Amino acid sequence: MATSIDRANAKAVERIVEARPVLTGLGKALDLIPGMHEDLLLHAGPPIAWEEASGPLRGALIGALIFEGRARDEGEAERLIVSGAVSLAPCHHHSSVGPMAGVISPSMAVYEVENRTHGNRAFSNLNEGYGKVLRYGAYSEEVQERLHWMHEVMAPVLGAALESSSGLDIRALLAEALHMGDEGHNRNKAGSVLYTKQLAPHIVKSAPDAATAADIIEALGDNALSVLNPVMAACKAMADAGGEIEQSTIVTTMARNGTEFGIRVSGLGGRWFTSPCPQPVGLYFPGFTAEDGNPDIGDSTITETAGIGAFAMAAAPAIVTFVSGTPQDALNATLEMYEITAAEHTSFTIPQLDFRGTPVGIDLRSVVETGITPRVNTGIAHREAGVGQIGAGLVRPPLELFTEALIAFAEEYGF
Amino acid sequence: MDDPSIRDDMAETSPAATLAEIRAGSYYDSVVLMLLQRALTELPGIMDAGVVMGTPANKELLEQSGLLSDGIQAAAPEDLILVVKAESEEAGRAALAGVDDLLAARRSQQTDGYRPKSLSSATRMLPEAEWILISVPGRYATAVAREALNLDKNVLLYSDNVSLEDEISLKETGASKNRLVMGPDCGTARVDGIGLGFANRVRQGRIGIVAASGTGLQTVMVGIHRLGCGVSQAYGTGGRDLSAEVQARSAKHALALLKEDVETDVIAIVSKPPAAAVAQDFLTEAAACGKPVVINFIGYGSSQEQLPTAPNIHFARTLDETAEIAVCLTTSADSQSCVESDTLPTQATDTPPRYVQPPQPHTFLRGLYSGGTLAYEALFVLQDSLPSVRSNGPLPGGQLLDNPHRSQGHTIVDLGGDAFTVGRLHPMLDNELRVRRLLQEAQDPETGLIVLDVVLGDGAHGDPASELAPAIEEAVALAARKGRTLPVVAVVIGTDADPQGLDRQVEQLKAAGAYVFSRHDDAMCAVARAFAGVGEGQPYGLPKLEDGVPDAKEVASNSSAFAAINVGLESFTDSLRDQGAEVVHVDWRPPAGGDERLANLLTRLR
Repeated sequence: MATSIDRANAKAVERIVEARPVLTGLGKALDLIPGMHEDLLLHAGPPIAWEEASGPLRGALIGALIFEGRARDEGEAERLIVSGAVSLAPCHHHSSVGPMAGVISPSMAVYEVENRTHGNRAFSNLNEGYGKVLRYGAYSEEVQERLHWMHEVMAPVLGAALESSSGLDIRALLAEALHMGDEGHNRNKAGSVLYTKQLAPHIVKSAPDAATAADIIEALGDNALSVLNPVMAACKAMADAGGEIEQSTIVTTMARNGTEFGIRVSGLGGRWFTSPCPQPVGLYFPGFTAEDGNPDIGDSTITETAGIGAFAMAAAPAIVTFVSGTPQDALNATLEMYEITAAEHTSFTIPQLDFRGTPVGIDLRSVVETGITPRVNTGIAHREAGVGQIGAGLVRPPLELFTEALIAFAEEYGF
Repeated sequence: MDDPSIRDDMAETSPAATLAEIRAGSYYDSVVLMLLQRALTELPGIMDAGVVMGTPANKELLEQSGLLSDGIQAAAPEDLILVVKAESEEAGRAALAGVDDLLAARRSQQTDGYRPKSLSSATRMLPEAEWILISVPGRYATAVAREALNLDKNVLLYSDNVSLEDEISLKETGASKNRLVMGPDCGTARVDGIGLGFANRVRQGRIGIVAASGTGLQTVMVGIHRLGCGVSQAYGTGGRDLSAEVQARSAKHALALLKEDVETDVIAIVSKPPAAAVAQDFLTEAAACGKPVVINFIGYGSSQEQLPTAPNIHFARTLDETAEIAVCLTTSADSQSCVESDTLPTQATDTPPRYVQPPQPHTFLRGLYSGGTLAYEALFVLQDSLPSVRSNGPLPGGQLLDNPHRSQGHTIVDLGGDAFTVGRLHPMLDNELRVRRLLQEAQDPETGLIVLDVVLGDGAHGDPASELAPAIEEAVALAARKGRTLPVVAVVIGTDADPQGLDRQVEQLKAAGAYVFSRHDDAMCAVARAFAGVGEGQPYGLPKLEDGVPDAKEVASNSSAFAAINVGLESFTDSLRDQGAEVVHVDWRPPAGGDERLANLLTRLR
C-alpha cells in the first residue's frame, strides 16, 4: 500500500511540474472568480473570523469595503462583516491567491491564469507597489485613490494589452527570471522587468494616449513586485493541478492569514491543518523591530508550494542578506529543501547548482521524518493596519501542522 | 533557538550544587557528547557532569552517578540533557553557560558546505561513493543500514545493539544485492587504500584480510606493514558473523571478494573461535579459493587438527604470526614450502626487549587492555604458563572476574568491555579509565607486573602515550615508595605512518620506564618468562631468519578515488578526510525527532 503513496505523489508532482500557466487576461473578480458574489470578500490564508483577524487583515477588509462603496468607515465595514451581511472566505477556496492580506472584493480587477496543460484556472489581484497599500492593511484616502487609478485607468489597458499579447507564458518567464537572480517570491526584480518589457508594446497599442501608456509602463517597471501576483496565480494553477489526488501526501497549499498558518494536502481534499503563525526572522527596515511585526501573512507561500521562492534561494544569492547569510547559505537553503520534496522541476533550474531543477512537491512524510519544515521567504507586515512592510525575512511553518496532517492522512487511508 | 531549560538547585541541602538543563530536540552523536562531558568536568569547580540524550538507559546512568533529578526525568529521548555537579552554584552556571562555546568550537572546524540530512541526498551529492559507514545509535542502525543497501551501497555498520535477526536479515539483503555488510559492531576495515573507522595506516599490498575482530584486524595489518608488505583489502565482519546463527555470511562474502580480487595474492582470516559447523563450512570454501589462506581462529589453533585442512590453508597461533605467515607466503616463490623451509623474515623495524624484569614473588599479572581481541589473545598465549588468569572476557572454560572493576590474582581485563563503556568513551579514545585503573593496580601490593596495549591509528586517541606515560611513571614511583618494583609492559600497535607518530609514542613510553613491544605475542612470551623467573629468551613465534622482505619505506600508495558516505560519528568523517578520501557526512537525526509512534507510522507510509 505504501508504494501506492509513492505512485500518487509521482502523479501529483508530475501534474504540478507539467502545468503550463499562461496569463491570459484580466477582468472583474465578480465575473471571473468561481463562486464570487456581491457580498463576499476573499482573503489570504486559511478561514478566519473577523474576531481573530490581525491588524493588517482587518485594515485590508475595511479598505476593500470602502473601495466597493459598501462602507464609509471602519465602523460600518466591521458591522457589515460581523453581522454576516458580507462574508469572508479564503482566496484558496476560489482558485485565487493574494499577497499579504490578499483581500479581493467583487469589483476588483484580477489576473486570470490558465494552465494550458490541464485546463484549470487561477486568479490574483493587481499589485499596488510599495508604501501605504491595501495588502498591508492601509485604507486611507491615498490608498483608495491609488486603487481607483489602478482599476479605472490601468486595468482596462492591461486587459486589452494581455488580449493583444495572446497570453504570457509565466512558466517560461519564471524560468528565465531564476537565471537572472530571482527566486520568484521575495525577489521578482528580473521577472517584473521581463513582464513589463513583454507587455510594453501591447500597452502602447492599447492605451488611449501616450501619457497613459507611459504612466502604466512606469508603474509596472518601477514596481519590482509587479509580476508577483501573476506569478502567484501561476503557482496556484500549478499547485491545484497536483491537488485532489487520492493517497498523495504532497502539500498543495501553504498560506497564512496573519493569525494562523494553514496547509492542505493533495490526498486530503480541502481539509485545512492550521496552527498559530510564527513570526518571521529577518531584517527590519530602519526604525522597526520584531516588536512591530505581525505574525506571518499572505498566500505568497504558494510560490514555495510550487517549487520556487525560498526553494529556489540558490538562484537568488543577493537576498540572503535578509537573514544575514552568505551565498553558501543560499545554496544550502535550496539543498535542504530537496530533503523534503518528491521531485525536481523540469522547467525551473538553478545555474548555481549546475542547472539542477528546483525542489518541488513537499512530501508530508519527509517533513515529519526529517523534522525539516519548508522554508518560506516572506515580507514582514506591521502589526497595525496600514503601516505597511517593515522588513523581510524567513519563516517556517510549525512542524505540528505536518505531524497533524500526517496522522490525519494515516487515519483517512487506514494505515 | 530558545530551549526550555530547567534549573534544579540543591544548593540549600548541600554545599555542592547540581544544575541541569534540557535542550529539546537537539541531537548530537555520542562521541561529541562524551567529549563535551569531559570538557565540562575539566572546568574549574565542576565535580561531575553528565551530557547525554534523554533515553531511559542514559537516565539510569545519570541516576547511578547521582545526577538525576525530577526535572531531568521528564526529558524525552530526543532531548539533550546537561547536568553539572559543582562546588558552587556560580561554577555550575558558568559551566552550563560555556556549553554553547564548547559545541561551537567543535562546529567551526567543519566546512560551511551543505550537510545532507538523508542518505539519498548524500548519495546524490557523492554518487561515486560505494560505501556507507553507519554509527548511529543501535536502535536506529538497522533502518539506516537497510536504506543504504536499498541504495545499492556496501555497508560498514559500526553500531552495536543490533539484534541477531536484524543482522541476518541485513546480510541476506546485502548478499542478494551483492553488497557487503561489515558489522554490526565492525569498527575497522580498509578498502581501496583507505582505513575505515579505527584503522592503522599501512602500505597498499597484496594481502587481503577478513576479520571478525577490530583490534585483531589492526594487529595483523600493522604486523604486515612492519614486515614490509602491504594490505590489498581488509574487510571486517562484526564479532558475531562466524556464530552458528549468522553462519559467516559476511566472512564468506568477503572471502569471495578477495578470491576474485586480482590485487590479492594471499588471504588472512582472523576470528575468535567460530562455531564448529561454521568453521568446517568456511574452511571448505577457503580451501577452494585458489589462493593461500592463513587462518587464525584465536585459541582454536592448538586444536587445528580437528579442522579440515588443505594445501593452501595455513594455521597461525597468534595475530602477529598470522601477519608473518601471510607475508612469507606473498614473498615466497613457492608458497607451499614456506613454513617448513624456515624462510621467515625477521621484524624489519624493531627488536623486542630481550628481558623483562621478573615480578616480585607472590604477585600477579594485571593486563589492562583497550583491545578486546588482544586481551583474548593474551589469555590464550598465557594459558599454559600462568595458572588461572581471570578476565571479564575469559576463554571458554576460563574464569570470569567477580567484578570487572577489581582484579583478583592474575587478571586480564578488557577495558573496552560493556561494563566499562556504557555512557563513556572507549579506552582507545579516552585514556582516563586506564590511567585510573593503572594507579589502582599500582597501589595493590599483589600487583607484580602490568601490561597495557596502546593502539594507534585513525580513530584512536591523538597522543595516548602523552597521557599513559606519566601514569606509568607515577605507578612505578608509587610502587617504589612502598618498596616494591613494578615492571610495566606496553605493546604498541601502530605503524610509522600512523598520525600519532609511532616513534614518538614508543619513546614516551620507554622514557617512562615501560618495556615496549611491537609484537603482542612476543610481549606475552616475555611476561610468561618474567613470571617464570627466566631471563633473556627467544621471542615468541616461529624461528626468525635473515631479512628477506622488500623495503618497508616506500610510501603507502593511497588510492585517491575512494569515496564514502558517513552517518553518525563525526570522527569517522574527519579521519576519512585526513586520508584524502572523498566523504559526505550526513547530518543525521533520529526519524520523526525520535518519536517512536510517528516513526512507526512513517514506516507504514513508506
